[in-house]
Amino acid sequence: MTTVAPPLPYRVAGTWAETADTRSVELVPTGHGLPPFAPGQFAMIYAFGVGEVPVSVSALRGPHGGLVHTVRAVGAVSAALYRLRPGDTVGLSGPYGTGWDLAEAAGQDLLVIAGGIGLAPLRPVVHAVLERRHGYGRLAVLVGARTPADLIYREEIDSWCGPAHVAVTVDRPGPGWRGAVGVVTTLLDRLDLRPERTRALVCGPEVMMRHTARGLVTRRLAPDRVQVSLERNMRCATGHCGHCQLGPLLLCRDGPVVGYDRVAHLLLVREL
Amino acid sequence: MTADADVNTSPALAPDGLVMGKDGLAALVDVLIRHGFTVVGPTVRDGVIVLAELRSADELPYGWGVELEAGRYRLRERTDGAAFAHAAGPQSWKPFLHPPRVRQWSADRTEDGLVLTADQPAPPRCAFLGVRPCDLRAIAVQDRVLTGGAYRDPGYEGRRSGALLIVVECTEPGATCFCVSMDTGPAAGPGYDLVMTEVVDEYGHRFWIRSGSPEGSAILAELPTRPADPETREAARAGVADAADRMGRTMPEADLRELMAGTLDAPRWDDVAGRCLTCGNCTMVCPTCFCTTTEDVTDLTGDHAERWQLWDSCFDLDFSQLHGGPVRASSRGRYRQWMTHKLGTWYDQFGSSGCVGCGRCIVWCPVGIDITEEAAALHDWTHSRAPDEGSGPP
Repeated sequence: MTTVAPPLPYRVAGTWAETADTRSVELVPTGHGLPPFAPGQFAMIYAFGVGEVPVSVSALRGPHGGLVHTVRAVGAVSAALYRLRPGDTVGLSGPYGTGWDLAEAAGQDLLVIAGGIGLAPLRPVVHAVLERRHGYGRLAVLVGARTPADLIYREEIDSWCGPAHVAVTVDRPGPGWRGAVGVVTTLLDRLDLRPERTRALVCGPEVMMRHTARGLVTRRLAPDRVQVSLERNMRCATGHCGHCQLGPLLLCRDGPVVGYDRVAHLLLVREL
Repeated sequence: MTADADVNTSPALAPDGLVMGKDGLAALVDVLIRHGFTVVGPTVRDGVIVLAELRSADELPYGWGVELEAGRYRLRERTDGAAFAHAAGPQSWKPFLHPPRVRQWSADRTEDGLVLTADQPAPPRCAFLGVRPCDLRAIAVQDRVLTGGAYRDPGYEGRRSGALLIVVECTEPGATCFCVSMDTGPAAGPGYDLVMTEVVDEYGHRFWIRSGSPEGSAILAELPTRPADPETREAARAGVADAADRMGRTMPEADLRELMAGTLDAPRWDDVAGRCLTCGNCTMVCPTCFCTTTEDVTDLTGDHAERWQLWDSCFDLDFSQLHGGPVRASSRGRYRQWMTHKLGTWYDQFGSSGCVGCGRCIVWCPVGIDITEEAAALHDWTHSRAPDEGSGPP
């Protein structure tokens, strides 16, 4: 048991743009740091005087050895985090929540499916697999975005081609786009899948995850071989504020990463 | 010390408990104050029985009862002069243990960088006098939520560990009470320091009192008591047993957890949504509703910021805000969230029901929505549907 404590101060070691409205921020502790994060877990990041938001870790080790988070400017807090510059200080707490089940995935084919900024919590999985490439079977990374300009980690995705099967699709192509067009599930239709030895990790908008998970089950993947990363309003991350409920689940505690077999029925209930 | 007092110092020598009169109650408040407790108990204020700091037992609501109905609360004068012959008022002990506004920590921009400091308040040690068995359970429920998981809320833990719980068993249930259905009363469950049962009959006005902790025993030893006589014990037990038969409300005889999980698409949610004002009163008066939001403020220098925790309600649209819109936009979705959480998913999250049957949500709902009536309607719906299964669409 842990007593809830204030966040720890972390210094911004570097920031860089991912898209027009999304930046990555690398954070290093100014004193002693938090326990290590696992892929899929999240931190609460506090912007001084503005507030705190949950953000999944998007790389366990950045260029300066710090934790990397990828933030899209949506609300007041994320906009403040978007504006961070090297040398600024934030408060950080965590690690919170469940991570992607990489132990179960050892020796298995791994299917990583991301929609939009949903690639951020999945990127540490790709890093982990590429570091121990022999420890896994086939690796496929399917990425969807609204437009080519909304694709995050674009150069890095290119670098995964080779050790991984990589496919990218956009809803609305722009000039110069020669790749696939359509929702991310269309990439799934063309994939050579070995369902009995594949584990799928899915993150993106809820509607995308619902369709993708259903598509995977149609392709004979057992629901307990599919994990999704869910999101709800969250004020505390310690199971006390009640905001992140999804039916029986407290997503800060029982999630964000959950087996599709546990939530398939919940995702069908409107306004749950 | 007299020989009588020696008997009292060891509850083991008085396994049947002790008896004291109204003078004992007066002494109890004095002794608690002398031990350094802030005594909080029921008292009449502004036409209701509130929970407030008591300076003496004279402030207890002697001779006051209450008339409760859906959306209605009235004081009623009693002829017996009883101090605890009233069912739940608008407050529970929640505002004292889990206050509506709490500063959690501060942040300061200094020359040495950002300094984050936890608030370390020294809360007063409270003695809660007159905790009803349903509210005793409610405290245990909040204990599990706020200190029983992977993370402990240090503020709650500090206030709770200092609190002395003096339970008074229920002999006068209200018309909106259903503790028997929720198995929380009218007799006291475990967790109290002292428990009393009030008896007013031809033999006088007295209290059967027992200890549940060493601290309770220490207080009890200082009170003017005598060993409990069989007549008082019998009258006390009969009063509690009689209360169990006079519950104003009952929950349907069903597994409420299953009932909630199986009726998420029931048309009854639209019906109750047509009446619910989504004001959140039920969540404010509920002794177990624990939800909070946070507020971050800065002072005028811009170098000092504070994190505050405030009560929140699942009836508020902002509660489920996600990416620019609420997940639960309709009042149907919000009422269903509250009730299914309270009676159903609370088990999944915290291992018990979130409802203790105190009836406050019924009384303080401005339109008189009754959780027992809603549960019964859902139960009826599942039963009316069962014979139709397999008959196909009309």
